[in-house]
Formats: sequence, structure tokens, C-alpha cells
Amino acid sequence: MRVNGIPNVRTCIAPLKEGIHVEIQHKLASLPDAKFENIAKQTIDVDVLVVGAGPAGLCASIEAAKQGAKVLLVDENLFIGGQLVKQTHKFFGSKAEKAGTRGIEIAKELDDEIKKFEKKGNIILMLNSTVIGYYEGDGEKHKLGLIKRIDYNSQLFEINCKTVIFACGAMENMLLFPGNDLPGVYGAGAVQTLMNVYGVKPGNKVIMVGAGNVGLIVSYQLLQAGIMVDRVVEAAPIIGGYHVHAAKLRRCGVPIMTSHSIKEAYGDGKVEGVIVVKLDEKWQPINGSEEKVDCDTVCLAVGLTPATRLLSQIGVEMRTVPEAGGYVALHDDSMKTTVNGVYVAGDSSGIEEASTAMIEGKIAGISAALSVGYDKKAKTLIKQYQKVLEKLREGPFGDKPRDAKNKIAKFLEENYAKI
Amino acid sequence: MQKYEKDGVLSLEDLKLPSKEQLDKGVAIIECVQEIPCNPCVDSCPVKAVSMKDINAVPVVDFDKCIGCGKCIGICPGLAIFVVKTKDDKALISLPYEFLPEPIVGQKVKSLDREGKIVGDAEVKKVVKNGKTMIVTIEVEKDLAMIIRNIRVEL
Repeated sequence: MRVNGIPNVRTCIAPLKEGIHVEIQHKLASLPDAKFENIAKQTIDVDVLVVGAGPAGLCASIEAAKQGAKVLLVDENLFIGGQLVKQTHKFFGSKAEKAGTRGIEIAKELDDEIKKFEKKGNIILMLNSTVIGYYEGDGEKHKLGLIKRIDYNSQLFEINCKTVIFACGAMENMLLFPGNDLPGVYGAGAVQTLMNVYGVKPGNKVIMVGAGNVGLIVSYQLLQAGIMVDRVVEAAPIIGGYHVHAAKLRRCGVPIMTSHSIKEAYGDGKVEGVIVVKLDEKWQPINGSEEKVDCDTVCLAVGLTPATRLLSQIGVEMRTVPEAGGYVALHDDSMKTTVNGVYVAGDSSGIEEASTAMIEGKIAGISAALSVGYDKKAKTLIKQYQKVLEKLREGPFGDKPRDAKNKIAKFLEENYAKI
Repeated sequence: MQKYEKDGVLSLEDLKLPSKEQLDKGVAIIECVQEIPCNPCVDSCPVKAVSMKDINAVPVVDFDKCIGCGKCIGICPGLAIFVVKTKDDKALISLPYEFLPEPIVGQKVKSLDREGKIVGDAEVKKVVKNGKTMIVTIEVEKDLAMIIRNIRVEL
């Protein structure tokens, strides 16, 4: 809706005033020229805009720049790397995917590459900046609004780009239980940020909820930080993460209790303990199996949901694909969505892990550059990376992402058949 | 469903075990039983004793070829490789370790099994740093060669 000429207003929360002029907004809004916080709007023109400087976005930017495209890489954090900077464990995969290297070191290697291209002028890096929305573009170009935070001020930028790659990652899932709002209940990502980025102990005694790779890895990192992990509870009957991660925890003496969950967290103003309960085959709590466990921290590692709101605003075709973690943009194997020039990569395109996110990023970067005329063996490279992805997803742990991508491909086919 | 999928603990039946002679020589025991897309152990082996059909396959050690050098211990992202060498009534176990304080050669540490239970004492024989992963060699009784998989450094 448009209110007093201002586009994209959520009228449901806008205060009603005498003489207010409310209109239906039929199309994308144009980005106003008005000064924002008293600083004039600046315009940047590039071939490829990459939103998000995590594993997918970094690789997308580097590959697009290698092809010769001019790239703008944006991230809302103060440093690049996304989740990579929190990953103190060594990565799996093959040599080409930097296997055996810790995530934080991969972030440094990618940072060095970005800096090289920054010097050459192929990549512009904007940190502490948020892409806020999609506006009506000029001709074939896409126009997006960006806010760069400068100290306590902000500056509005208008980004005109031929292509845009969304590599915005994901949001952590929450779990419903009484007391989940008590201080001391954290998402696993938050625990990693506190512990591995800021060097702050989140607590002294932790109950981990979820035995997927995130839950297992973060538990191990907690132990390394000298924090006690009382146990890992997992609602499913089997451990979802790699056995090798589970084995690392077990030989340190941490129990992993499958078919168990937490019924509630209790405490006076903060977490003082939880009630752990055993679940039956139908995942229902078994009466009488409740156990009180003292702890000051509950860490939730219960999955992720792709961050897709900008894609949704642009109007790309979206579908709910449970295997992908929720509502995702339909995309083909070159990572292109249903809107020309709009690409997606990494967790934003369906929840997976960092190695595949990096390869998806490479494919998206090359595809985007190719679509605007840069071609240094682009098609051969894309094919090569598609093969690597296929290989990585071949095993039993690739079932879920493979199903997700197959469903997305099927929805895409149906969508085009409809047109 | 395998037992280790429920509790995260392998039993010896899940592993391919070396013969007495091979153990006397010293060989790598790779405790990686799931098909995960990962293969740096194959690349790290100087004598090509570790093989894999494809990147998702389970690694297989040729115990006759393996020289027990331990190069694979520090590269394995899953910290799932151990080198075991027996001599007389003792066993030397080299294991990956990523905790502080760093163990010191000659120090007595607690030896732990796959469930983290303290089994007894062990003496630290060697500490090699491979980046931030230490490769710690401890000496234990021979019958614990395939039992002990971790240490605890008591302050």
C-alpha cells in the first residue's frame, strides 16, 4: 500500500490520521529521491549484486568477478564469512572443497580472494549494509534499495544491477515448550556467535536439543570452550548428524539420548533446569518418564528455515518444500529463479551445508556473469560444478537435499508448463 | 537400525580389524562407517593404503600396505582415525585431540573408552601438532588397544 505517496507501507500498523491518503499499490514502487537521515541518496551500477557474504555469496562474487563481471557484494555484518567464521571444525568433502580445512580458515582464504578483486576494482564490498527492498527498475535492470550504516547514521543507496544473487542464508528454527522465553534459551547459531566470534561463555551447563550435525558440532565446541554439556536430546529415534561427530562427543562422556525431548524449561527469571521426557514411536511424551535436569543453558539446534523474503517481494515463484526447510524460490540447475536475472544460492535456496553452498554459489556467480555476456569457459565450468554437486549429494546423507532439489525442479517444470 | 545410530558408540563388530601381526607393525584404524561425502584420508596417505570407491564410500585400509605413519589422523575432519601399534604386553595408541591443556610427554592421563568412561591411566609418549589438532600417542595395556579412544588431562 501507498500512504501519502510513500510506497511499501504496512497499513495494518500505520496510524490513522485526519486527511491521510491511502492507495492500493498495483506494482513495484519507485525508490524515492528524498534525503534519508539528511544524507543524499547514492547510486551504484554493477553487473551482479550479491546479497550475503557467507560461503555461497563469497564464492558467487569471486566466480562472477573471475568471469569479468563488476560485482557488488553486500552483507549486514561487520565482517564477511557468514556462518563460516563460527565453524572451528574441519570441513568434510574433497580437496577441491577445502576438506580438512576449518570453516574459519576457509573464510580467511575467501576474504583474501575478495580483497584481490577489490584492488582490481571488480568487486565492491559493502559491509554493515542491508538490502531493504526491490523497486521498479530502469529498463532491463533491477533496482534495489540498500541502507549502509555509518556510525549511528545510515545512508540510502540505489543499486542498479543487471543480475542479483540472493545468498541470504537461513534463520534458526524455534521449538515450542513452556519456558522457551526464559533467558538462557539460545539457538545453536547464537551460542556459536557468542562463543566463537565474541569469546563469551553462554553458560556453564548446557542441554543441547537436536542431534543433527549442528547440535553435535556445537556441543563439541562447547566442551572445547570448557563448558559442560550435560546431554544431547534428540526427538527422532536416530542421530541425524554424522556418526563421527556423535562419536567425538560420546568419547568425551556426553550422552546422546534419542527419542527424548524437553517438556519444559523452568527457573526464576532465567533457566535453572529443564524437564527431559522420553518419546514413544509416535513422538509423543511417555507419562512418568519425566526427569528434572539442572542446567543454566538450553541450546536449540532444531533446524533452519531459508531466508527468502526479498525473493518473495520480487515475485519469483515460490513453493513450500519441506525437505528444503520451508518456503523456497523455484530455481533451475544454473540457480536461476523464475524472474530473469534473479539467482539464488546456498541455504536461501534450500537448507544444506557449507560445502554445497559454496559450489551453488560458484554456479550462480558464473551463470549470472554469463547471462550479461561474460564468458570465460563459463558453460564448461558450470557443468563441472554441477557434476561435483551431484557427487556430493549421492550418498545417504544427500537424500534430503537431493529430494528437495528434485521437487524444486518438478515444481519449476509444472510452472513453465502452466505458462 | 544400527546401534551406533541410536547412541553414537561403535562396537568392534562394526569395524574391520587388523590381524595380530598387522597390529604389531602398527596400522591406522578408521572408525568411519557411514557413507558421507568426504575423502581427505585417501589423499593424505603416502603409500596409498586408504582407498574409496567414490567420495561417498566408506574408507578401506589395506593393513598390509599401511605403515602406521599417522598422516591421516590429523587430516580427518571427523577425528575418526587412530593408529594402534602393539608391542609385547603394551599398546601405543595415537589419537586426535583438540582440548586444553595440552598433554605433555611423560604425563599420566586418564584413558577413556568410546563412551567416555575412564578405564585407567595412560602415559603420554608423543605429542605432534597438526594445525590445531594434536596427535597424542599414549601407552596402555595391550588388551585395551581397541578399547581406548580418548584421554582426559587432569589438572
